[in-house]
Amino acid sequence: MLHAAVLLPFLAAFFIPFIYRGVKQVHLGWFVLAVPILLFGYFLTFINGVLKGVHTLKTFEWIPSLGVNVTFFIDGLGLFFALLITGIGSLVVLYSIYYLSKAEKLGHFYVYLLLFMGAMLGVVLSDNLFVLYTFWELTSISSFLLIGYWYQREKSTSGALKSMVITVFGGLAMLGGFLLMSDITGTTSIRGIIENADLIVNSPLFTFILILVLLGAFTKSAQFPFHTWLPDAMEAPTPVSAFLHSATMVKAGIYLVARLSLVFAGTDLFFLIVSGFGLLTLCWGSYMAVRKTDLKAILAYSTISQLGMIMAMLGFGTKAAILAAVFHILNHATFKGSLFMVAGIIDHETGTRDIRRLGGLFTFMPITATLALIGTFSMAGFPLPILNGFLSKEMFFKSSLHFEHASPIVEAVSPFFPYFAVGGSIFTFIYSVMIFFRTFTGKQRDTLEKQPHEAPIGMLISPMILVALVVIIAIIPDTFGHLLLAPMVDSVTNLVVDPHIKFWHGLYNPELYMSLAVLIFGTLLYMTRTKWVRIYDVLPGKMSAAKVFDALMNGMVKGSEKVTNIYMTGSLRHYLVYILTFFIALLAITMSVTGGFTLSFDDLAPIALPEVMIAVVMAVAAFGTIFMNNRIAAILVLGIVGYGLSLLFVFFRAPDLALTQLIVETVTVALFLLCFYHLPDLDKEKSSSGTKVVNWVISISVGVIVTLIGIASHSTKMFEPISDYFIKNSYKLGGGDNIVNVILVDFRGLDTMLEILVLGLAAIGIFTMIKLRPGKKGGNE
Amino acid sequence: MEIIMSVLAGLLFTAGVYMMLQKQILKIVIGTALLSHGAHLFIITMGKLNRGKPPILAEDVTNYADPLPQALILTSIVISFGVTSFLLVLAYRAYQTNGTDNMEKLRGNDHE
Repeated sequence: MLHAAVLLPFLAAFFIPFIYRGVKQVHLGWFVLAVPILLFGYFLTFINGVLKGVHTLKTFEWIPSLGVNVTFFIDGLGLFFALLITGIGSLVVLYSIYYLSKAEKLGHFYVYLLLFMGAMLGVVLSDNLFVLYTFWELTSISSFLLIGYWYQREKSTSGALKSMVITVFGGLAMLGGFLLMSDITGTTSIRGIIENADLIVNSPLFTFILILVLLGAFTKSAQFPFHTWLPDAMEAPTPVSAFLHSATMVKAGIYLVARLSLVFAGTDLFFLIVSGFGLLTLCWGSYMAVRKTDLKAILAYSTISQLGMIMAMLGFGTKAAILAAVFHILNHATFKGSLFMVAGIIDHETGTRDIRRLGGLFTFMPITATLALIGTFSMAGFPLPILNGFLSKEMFFKSSLHFEHASPIVEAVSPFFPYFAVGGSIFTFIYSVMIFFRTFTGKQRDTLEKQPHEAPIGMLISPMILVALVVIIAIIPDTFGHLLLAPMVDSVTNLVVDPHIKFWHGLYNPELYMSLAVLIFGTLLYMTRTKWVRIYDVLPGKMSAAKVFDALMNGMVKGSEKVTNIYMTGSLRHYLVYILTFFIALLAITMSVTGGFTLSFDDLAPIALPEVMIAVVMAVAAFGTIFMNNRIAAILVLGIVGYGLSLLFVFFRAPDLALTQLIVETVTVALFLLCFYHLPDLDKEKSSSGTKVVNWVISISVGVIVTLIGIASHSTKMFEPISDYFIKNSYKLGGGDNIVNVILVDFRGLDTMLEILVLGLAAIGIFTMIKLRPGKKGGNE
Repeated sequence: MEIIMSVLAGLLFTAGVYMMLQKQILKIVIGTALLSHGAHLFIITMGKLNRGKPPILAEDVTNYADPLPQALILTSIVISFGVTSFLLVLAYRAYQTNGTDNMEKLRGNDHE
């Protein structure tokens, strides 16, 4: 049943194109909507079990020999994310029905969306590392497809490519970490790995594993400095941004860190990296968001900074911090999802998302404005008891003040954390307020393409539900705490918490003053923003991560082009030089390292004068070809070498060879002479002296190596030749006296057959080369 | 004798490689021919030279030259003949079509 639930979106994605073709009158989204709603209802039924501590586990054997089985596992953490995915998924599908017109390619959209939904469910429910990785990459791919949905736009495709490159880079690093983890613990199950956490923490590769796994989590969750893909992913349709890039996919990294915290948490390195980068992302994201003017870009940077905040709390690792983290995941999903939908509505109804061109929309869109008001103020952490963002932000402040695990490093850095937390929150306050006031209040501009008006009710339902949740969660946080958050904290830390969330902590609590500081400084800075906005020319300036990424990509393309151009010159001589240099180097090194050279005078034939004389003549003739400037002379001198060789064959008792060599040499020389009339005369060698030296060095080295190998291998005969067999059986089995010929046609006849084939092919090749003249008279004679 | 022949094979390799590093196609073809001569000499040297009679069965002879390298070389000679003649005609055609037999000029574009 659980498997069927995860499979359902994939199955639906398969049937979507058929429905799309078949049913034209009804918007395709209505059919899709059933899937997440069904799943949401199904996952709700697990709440009771999880509350009682019952963890559902279902296994389907996939590759048992590798220990890779599709095991799905429902505990507090997995269930919460499954509910989040299907719940927000339902709302997003509903919203998209009104957002996308029927003229769009809806079939594609919903197939990708369902693929993503299924993959995301797979990520959060998998117990097997490698199944998790499979679904993880599937979310990257479906996200890539969704960002590039309007593939005619250049920005969409480049944004899709960027997100793909960064998330797949992280995904691969994560796979490396997973492989090491499963190697060390001997299991591929996440529960098994958590049980064997000691093995990993004490292994010498711990640092390496941690960094690899965190690379995966940080790239997916857009942590500094990998956050740069998220703003570019805003080219996707707004429902996609709301679903993937605020509520679900970017939380996959958060999920991973939470899931594996039982393995890593408690180590200094985990604390430093996760909290440090989390806080850095929080500050940088909120700082950058203030500068942006596009609504979705502000929301993108805001998502980055909020993810940083959640990440930081996961890094703190205290009970209170984890509770705050999981609470904020829930809160962020509600208010950020609704804000993206509001941004989409504004875009839809006015034709722009640029806040410089928007203003005074409150009178035209009162409902949207109210939704935005609650969403943005909740994001800002405005101290009102109906805003859930405030509750989790105070818990964040509180958790940044208290750390349980004590080590010198923690004690050294942790005093700075509250300042970062407050700093990031001040900027969060500024951009949240900015979104609302610059869009809905102030003067109304008349440059808008459309006359602004309230959105259709269908479009407003989803953000209304989300905003209602914002308020409900804020009013009765304890109910949500008991149902969802406590089991989650339990799965992250193995500790039981009392999720009692209060609005008012009393007058003597530091987090109250931190919130007040945020409120006061935020308001002041917002009022005076025109005065200090020039700071942005200095700090992001040339340092933004997007520029670094672009420079890296360009650098890699240009660099590899340069490297390739250095050695791929197109010159035959250069390639020969590379090949021969490696030939020389490998053989010479091998010989000298292994002591392969031996010299023995034991078993040598006596030196005979005629043979030596022929050898001298051949050597002189061979070098003669180099210095000949006359083509006929060169050919004839080459002939001398060939005839010399056949004479040597005579001396060496090889009559058949001598005969063949004689004939072949004659024919070759004749062929050369036939051809020479058509060939140009030889040039005098015009190479520079440097080239000549290189040529000589290489050719002499090759000669020396060949000579040394010849001598060495002649001096070490390791076993008797098998020729006795041929000599003994030539007549008996082959019926011939001429042993060489019997070998050629009888013992090793296959060689001869193929050699005939070679000759035939050469003949056909020569014939076609001479006969076929493409370019003249249309291809042949 | 084997040592002298090894040296000779090395010399043939030297000359052949040097010719192959030249620019003109004809020189490269000559280089390959020299290289194959060197290789054949090398193979026969790896057997035992001048030990025994030619490998043709005769009465009262028990000691024959090694027939196997000879069979290998025979195959190789024919193949190298086929390749050399093919290369030669290729050189002829390349010269006719392109108007040059200089390999440096036959390099083509930068991005190949």
